[in-house]
Amino acid sequence: TCSQTFDFFSLRNLSLGGHVGFDSLPDQLVSKSVTQGFCFNILCVGETGIGKSTLMNTLFNTMFENEEASHYQNGVYLRPRTYDLQESNVHLKLTIVDTVGFGDQINKEDSYKPIVDYIDTQFENYLQEELKIKRSLFNYHDTRIHICLYFIAPTGHSLKSLDLVTMKKLDSKVNIIPIIAKADTISKSELHKFKIKIMSELVSNGVQIYQFPTDDEAVSEINASMNAHLPFAVVGSVEEVKVGNKTVRARQYPWGVVQVENESHCDFVKLREMLIRVNMEDLREQTHARHYELYRRCKLEEMGFKDTDPDSQPFSLQETYEAKRKEFLGDLQRKEEEMRQMFVNKVKETEAELKEKERELHDKFEQLKRMHQEEKRKVEEKRRDLEEEMNAFNRKKVAAETLSLSQPLKKDKDKKK
Amino acid sequence: NEKQYVGFATLPNQVHRKSVKKGFDFTLMVAGESGMGKSTLVNSLFLTDLYKDRKLLNAEERINQTVEIIKHTVDIEEKGVKLKLTIVDTPGFGDAVNNNECWKPITDYIDQQFEQYFRDESGLNRKNIQDNRVHCCLYFIPPFGHGLRPVDVEFMKALHEKVNIIPLIAKADCLTPNEIKKLKDRIREEIDKFGIKVYQFPECDSDEDEEFKQLDKELKECTPFAVIGSNTVVEARGQRVRGRLYPWGIVEVENQSHCDFVKLRNMLIRSHMHDLKDVTCDVHYENYRAQCIQEMTSKLAQDNRMESPIPILPLSTPDVDTEKLIKMKDEELKRMQEMLNKMQQQMHEKDQ
Repeated sequence: TCSQTFDFFSLRNLSLGGHVGFDSLPDQLVSKSVTQGFCFNILCVGETGIGKSTLMNTLFNTMFENEEASHYQNGVYLRPRTYDLQESNVHLKLTIVDTVGFGDQINKEDSYKPIVDYIDTQFENYLQEELKIKRSLFNYHDTRIHICLYFIAPTGHSLKSLDLVTMKKLDSKVNIIPIIAKADTISKSELHKFKIKIMSELVSNGVQIYQFPTDDEAVSEINASMNAHLPFAVVGSVEEVKVGNKTVRARQYPWGVVQVENESHCDFVKLREMLIRVNMEDLREQTHARHYELYRRCKLEEMGFKDTDPDSQPFSLQETYEAKRKEFLGDLQRKEEEMRQMFVNKVKETEAELKEKERELHDKFEQLKRMHQEEKRKVEEKRRDLEEEMNAFNRKKVAAETLSLSQPLKKDKDKKK
Repeated sequence: NEKQYVGFATLPNQVHRKSVKKGFDFTLMVAGESGMGKSTLVNSLFLTDLYKDRKLLNAEERINQTVEIIKHTVDIEEKGVKLKLTIVDTPGFGDAVNNNECWKPITDYIDQQFEQYFRDESGLNRKNIQDNRVHCCLYFIPPFGHGLRPVDVEFMKALHEKVNIIPLIAKADCLTPNEIKKLKDRIREEIDKFGIKVYQFPECDSDEDEEFKQLDKELKECTPFAVIGSNTVVEARGQRVRGRLYPWGIVEVENQSHCDFVKLRNMLIRSHMHDLKDVTCDVHYENYRAQCIQEMTSKLAQDNRMESPIPILPLSTPDVDTEKLIKMKDEELKRMQEMLNKMQQQMHEKDQ
């Protein structure tokens, strides 16, 4: 193949004589993507009852259906739910994935596994689609997780051991934004200390959380300042309370009203701003360009693919594919041969066994026959003996009779005496 | 005849006087995950700071943490009455990733105190027995969930026959009044469902006045208590009170419309402290002692030893063999009786 390489240093900057019109390209792109619709997938990780569903309802101003989860699940399982939302002319296919049962078991050593498996499965599905010969990526419902909101319990001390272990397992697979849930139980000074402690624990344990991007000047300032407010301390509510002459979403306590959208009460507005209004697209991009690519590379390496052969020459996927296919077919043939050989051996064995049995049976038959003959002979002998005896007895009988006939009176004479 | 005043009506005063002289002791255990506000609540209850130089573990250290038992003993005095208060802390409970049987060090500790008391009680010199038995265990349930979690159920079931358990809803300033009611109902339901025996307030005497009975009823319907604690004093409604300062308001620890702290304090310290001790002595300890003795005597029977190391009365219950014999004889007698009845009937019919 003939490949053209561009030498960027020799590109010339030309000045235009008039308005050409390619400045409409971003608009064309936007128009296309609006027609296509957007899709966004959120994973909420946190213990039962920590406020995941309420926060989602608050963020998207929608009552997503949700039954209260029980504390007695045997393990963690992931529950994805997809909704079609629309705002102005923008369609959003939103998938919210809930971790049901997280944090409830007494032994939580395996709690992170179902979460990691779920994330990997979505990557795998996408990879499979990508590798297909006939593929339709433009049509594909992308279920890869774009953001993981990790809900930290407001203990005021530090992360829980489970939090640390789980985030470490997830940080190379998904964008993580840690948030402090139910933050209306922490006072301002406690919150400040808590945030510092959490961030320092994350740093000292090498957990990579999502950083709001600061490379685009349009948003770098706001993103940089938001990065400093992590983890966001949020309060969620779908109930409305009258404050002054406004009705706002809030939680009403005997001692006051916590307003969800009041920035001096909690960081909900910051979270919404960052997650939805400013960086949603970046999250999708990072998921695809970084996390997915990492997964894909690892997976393909596992399968034996390499970018360069032993001589450091670039491999073509075609050649690699052919080589793999040959190997695979060779394997298949070998296995077939093995099986055939095994079958033949088995047949031989069984045949030999059968023959042996036949011989045994035959021998037995012969033996029985002999025994039978022996018995017959013995019986014959006995019969002859018996006959002899009978004859002898008859002869004696006759002799005795004739003897008694010739001397009948003697007895009477003896009697008279 | 004039009724002479004998004077034993002064007995209660004598009891009072002697007890003030002797002083009291109380051992309180607190248990629950880290960050539930246990230390803060203890400080709030006893208006002192027991945890001045405490070091908390971070998440990494907690992954494989084991449960420790730490005792703090203080002598406090109020209006001439002395109290030797011991707080038993259980740091590490429920904090590791794998919490299988994390309550075992706690049950072992309680048993050890029973065993120690048992030995002391059975000894020859019983003048200065120290009572280190745990009189009450405050168990802190997180307010973030929908009710009891498996670890809560397992812990309480492991301890409910060894110590008086008082379950509390911790950090209650995270719940609105409706949410508190819902959670309390749910927890009470689950305690029933799982057969957990928490500390029951004794019934009022029928001759108590109506006000007292009403208070008592309210107290019982309020469990489990939803508590908030604080180490800081804030200014609220013109007064300095223990509380928590938020941008949206001030939570006052001793305000009964904010939380049940006052109910807990009154119950635990002002009215039921002695009952908690009594139940510990009369029920939990006696159960332990009886079980201990039974195990000992069955072991003795196995080893064929005649003397026991502690002074106990010989068993008056018949052993298994004698019982069997008695049963057999009983059955024989029954049979004979039946036969006799039959014969009598036959004779009777014959006569007719």
